[in-house]
Amino acid sequence: MSLLQLADVSVSIGQVALLDRISLSVGKGEILGLVGESGSGKSLTALAAMGLLPLIGGRITGGAVAFDGQDMAAMTEVQRRSLRGRRIGFVSQNPMTALDPVTRIGAQIDVVSRLHLGLTRAQARARTVDLLTQLRIPEAATVAEAWPHQLSGGMKQRIVIAMALAGDPDLIIADEPTTALDVTVQAQIIQILGALVRERGLALLLITHDMGVVAQLCDRVAVLYAGRLAEEGPTAPIFAAPGHPYTRALIGCIPTEGMAKGALQGIPGTVPGALAFPSGCRFHPRCPQAQALCRAEAPQGNPACHFPGGADV
Amino acid sequence: MMSYLIKRVLMLVPVFLAVSVVIFAILHFIPGDPIDNLLKVGSSPQARAEMETRYGLDRPLPVQYAIWLGRVVTGDLGTAIVARRPVADLIAAALPHSLALGGLALLFSSVLGVVLGVVAALNRDGWADRAIMGGVLLGSTMPSFWLGLILMLVFSVGLGWFPVSGARGWSSLVLPVLTIGLGGTALVARITRVSMIEAAGRDFVLLLHAKGLSPLRIQLGTVLRHALIPVVTILALRIGWILGGAVTVEVVFARPGLGTLLIKSLSQHDYPVVQACLLMLAMAVMLGTLLGDILQAVMDPRVRASLS
Repeated sequence: MSLLQLADVSVSIGQVALLDRISLSVGKGEILGLVGESGSGKSLTALAAMGLLPLIGGRITGGAVAFDGQDMAAMTEVQRRSLRGRRIGFVSQNPMTALDPVTRIGAQIDVVSRLHLGLTRAQARARTVDLLTQLRIPEAATVAEAWPHQLSGGMKQRIVIAMALAGDPDLIIADEPTTALDVTVQAQIIQILGALVRERGLALLLITHDMGVVAQLCDRVAVLYAGRLAEEGPTAPIFAAPGHPYTRALIGCIPTEGMAKGALQGIPGTVPGALAFPSGCRFHPRCPQAQALCRAEAPQGNPACHFPGGADV
Repeated sequence: MMSYLIKRVLMLVPVFLAVSVVIFAILHFIPGDPIDNLLKVGSSPQARAEMETRYGLDRPLPVQYAIWLGRVVTGDLGTAIVARRPVADLIAAALPHSLALGGLALLFSSVLGVVLGVVAALNRDGWADRAIMGGVLLGSTMPSFWLGLILMLVFSVGLGWFPVSGARGWSSLVLPVLTIGLGGTALVARITRVSMIEAAGRDFVLLLHAKGLSPLRIQLGTVLRHALIPVVTILALRIGWILGGAVTVEVVFARPGLGTLLIKSLSQHDYPVVQACLLMLAMAVMLGTLLGDILQAVMDPRVRASLS
C-alpha cells in the first residue's frame, strides 16, 4: 500500500491555479522521482504533500492528500504537525540557507527527536551523534558543537538529511537535494539517499530536474510540466519508450558517454508562467509534433498526450 | 572574542581624539566670548586682558587644546567660567537626571516597541497590525515637545496624576519618559515588525515548519531572535542620542539634565562646560556603538567568526 498518495490534487495561490489534478503515490522502500524544469510545480507539490501550503499563501482546491491511508485535510493542524518531522522528513534544496546560522548544528537536529520521540537532552544528543556517524560525518560529536558557517555545502546537506532522519520517518521528501552542490558531492548525497531507502525501507519522493539522477536511482518517475502531470510510471519502461514528447525531450538532455560534440539537445523555449498557461496541451508551443488537436483540447490519461509515442506524425 | 574586545576598545582612542579636536575647534570658531558675560559693562581693556590671561584664552589655540586635553584625560574638566564652579560638579549634578530619563526611556521603548512589533508581525495585515502600525506612524511623526505638552495637559493638569514639572521623585519621571519613549517605541516597533517578516520568509524557517515545530515556537524562538539583531544595533546607536537629545523634553518639563546644561552654557559661551557636555555626549555615542557591536558579536556567531 502506498504511504503517500496524492489524488487529483489541484493547488492555487490566491486566484492563480498552479497545480492541476496531480496524482502521485510512493510506497515503502520505493523511490519516486518527480521531474520537470524549474517552474513546473515540483516544490509546490512537496509543500502540498506536507500540508505546508498555507506558509506561502497557497491552498488545495481539489483532490486529496493521504498519508498512510489518512486524509490529511481531515486532520487537525496539530495532527498534521505531528506527522511533519516525525513520519515525514524534508530535505530542502539549498543547504547553505537551510540551517539556522545562529544555532549550533547539534541543537538543530536534537530538537526533532526531543519534540517527536520525547527524548531527553542527553539522549537526543547521543542519537544525533549516532546519526551523523551513520551519514559518514567524521568526528560527529565535534561537528554537533559547530556552527553552520563552519561547514562545507556537502556537509551541511548531510546535516539537513540528519534533521530529516532524526524523527525516524517513514517518508522523506527531498526537494532538489543536490542542485546547490558540487558535482562530486552530488554523487555522494545521491548515494546516501539511495542507501537510506534500501537499509531502512524508507519511501523517498525525490524532486529533481536531473533525468540522470532519476535513471540511476528511482523506481518510478513522474514528469511534471506547467502544473500538470505529463507521464508517470516505472522508470525503466519510460526511459526505454517515453510516451510523452516532453519526457522524450528531457531524456534527450542527458549527456551520455561517447556523445558527439554538439549532439546534446536542449528544449527550445521555457516553461510558461501560471498566468499564461497555453490552451489545450500546455506543452504544445514547445512540442515538435503539435497538431491542431493539441492546441484545442487538453489530453487526458497517462501519458497525457494526444499522440503518445509520437505515432502517426 | 577577547582580542576583538581589546581591539575594539583601542579603536575608540583615535575616534576620541578626533572628536575632541572637533569639539574644541567648533567652539573657538563661533563668534562671541565668555569674557563678555563676565565683564561689567564699560570695563577697561586692561581688565579684559587680565581676565583672558587668567583663563588662558590669550594663548595660541593648539596650546589651549593641549592643555585642555591633558586635563580632560586626567579627569579635570576645568572650572566653569560663568558659573564659577568645577565643571565636573555641574556634570555630576546633571548626569544622573539624564541617565535616569534616558535609560528608562530606552528601556520603555525597547520593551514596548519589540512587543508591538512582534504582535504586528504575527497578525500581519490583520486589524492588530494595522492599528499598531497606524499608531506607530502617528507616534513617530509627533514632535516630542508637543507630545510632552499634551501629556502634561491630560495627566497633570486634567487628571492630576503626575507633577507638571520638576525632578522630584519617581512620579515626575513618568511623563518625560513617556514623551521620549513613545518616539523610540515607534522606531523599534517598525524595525521589529519588518525584520520579523523578513526572517520568517527565510529557508531555515520553512525547515523548522517541516520539522513539526509549532508556529508560535518558531516565531518567538527563532524568528524573533534573528529579528532582534538589527533592532539591538539601532537601540545601541540611540543611547547617545537619548542622553543629549532629550533637551526639548527637559525644557518642557523643566528638568535638569545634560541637554539643559549644554544649552544654558552655550548661550553663555561657557566653553569648559560646553566642551565637557559635548564630550560626554560623544562618549555616550561611542560607548553605545561599542555596546552594539559587542551585542551583535554575542548574538551572531558569523560576526564572531569574521572577527578572528
